[in-house]
Amino acid sequence: MADITALEAHFQNTIDQEIKIEPKDWMPDAYRKTLIRQISQHAHSEIVGMLPEGNWITRAPSLRRKVALLAKVQDEAGHGLYLYSACETLGVERNELVEQLHDGRAKYSSIFNYPTLTWADIGVIGWLVDGAAIMNQVPLCRCSYGPYARAMVRVCKEESFHQRQGYEILLTLSKGTEAQRRMLQDAVNRWWWPSLMMFGPNDADSPHTAQSMKWKIKRFTNDELRQKFVDVCVDQAKLLNVTLPDPDLKWNEERGHYDFGEINWDEFWQVVKGHGPCNKERIDTRRRAHEEGAWVREAAMAFAEKQARRRAEESSQVA
Amino acid sequence: MEKKNWPLWEVFIRSRQGLHHKHAGSLHAADEQMAIENARDVYTRRNEGISIWVVESKHIHASSPAESEALFDPANDKVYRHPTFYDIPDEIKHM
Ligand SMILES: [Fe+2]
Ligand SMILES: [Fe+2]
Repeated sequence: MADITALEAHFQNTIDQEIKIEPKDWMPDAYRKTLIRQISQHAHSEIVGMLPEGNWITRAPSLRRKVALLAKVQDEAGHGLYLYSACETLGVERNELVEQLHDGRAKYSSIFNYPTLTWADIGVIGWLVDGAAIMNQVPLCRCSYGPYARAMVRVCKEESFHQRQGYEILLTLSKGTEAQRRMLQDAVNRWWWPSLMMFGPNDADSPHTAQSMKWKIKRFTNDELRQKFVDVCVDQAKLLNVTLPDPDLKWNEERGHYDFGEINWDEFWQVVKGHGPCNKERIDTRRRAHEEGAWVREAAMAFAEKQARRRAEESSQVA
Repeated sequence: MEKKNWPLWEVFIRSRQGLHHKHAGSLHAADEQMAIENARDVYTRRNEGISIWVVESKHIHASSPAESEALFDPANDKVYRHPTFYDIPDEIKHM
């Protein structure tokens, strides 16, 4: 067996040269585990992320809004599937990943544990939640693991429609009645801080960041991405005539960035640990869908096997 | 009894007439018909394809990175397989 140190050196060297790692290449166990955790968590987020928006499909205010929302939610299902398939190249089985989600061993983005109370929430999710996701995902297109990077290229191409359809909903509300403008501001108030939490803990509290950057799984730290996000959102908020609910938000000439207030990390950890407003409902819904779909999966398999048997019989008769 | 997973399929898409089918990703499906239908929904929602191939993943045989030197290095020193290896005067056109 080749010397582990030599293998690891060769592996890191490949990454330093910006050469992608592919499924059959040698990789350290910890790299494989980190990727399985990150990619599956990402896949779960896409799948669970369909639920808050799915909640409004039947109540979309027009056919135009409804087809757009349907297409967006369907894209998120697609994103989940690209990512599961990338994750499976690392040697883990789909049912194992699904079980981990259902029994709580695997996490998904905590943003999806907040409820969608009004139609404005659908606009704000497109603008802020997909916006934050895009910030996170664009650098992942250059991730060192080939299948993950390729999946992210596909995902990113589709995301910009998501964000634009959300922003368009909000622009319409912003030019609407007093009640519509209030609804818009209320949704922004509720979603702003959870959106900032999507980038994860502060760098100082994020012990795995250094290793992930060295492996080029991550290209920017949580705080760097969060800052970029805040900087772009400020102008976008102005055009909507909404205020971002942060009294400390102001331009810092020296830094060339917006300063912003402290995130409520207690809330973040509460939601991560399962105590957010919708954690239980989300997982219950996923579990129920999986269990109630079991007979369909079995029937399809039984049918496929029967067809295969028939074909085999027919061809043996012909011969 | 429920099988653990539906079989895994590799999906290849021809994006335009005249181009090769290219690997797009994989998915699970009970049989080849369902694999094509799922591939259409998962990988061609925006006109990415005009033709789909699906192959059950277990039928794909791949070379191993460990043998890549033995397989591919011999081509490295065969520069004479490339047109630039040959010295032809500049005044010769169309060659
Ligand atoms: Fe997505
Ligand atoms: Fe999205």
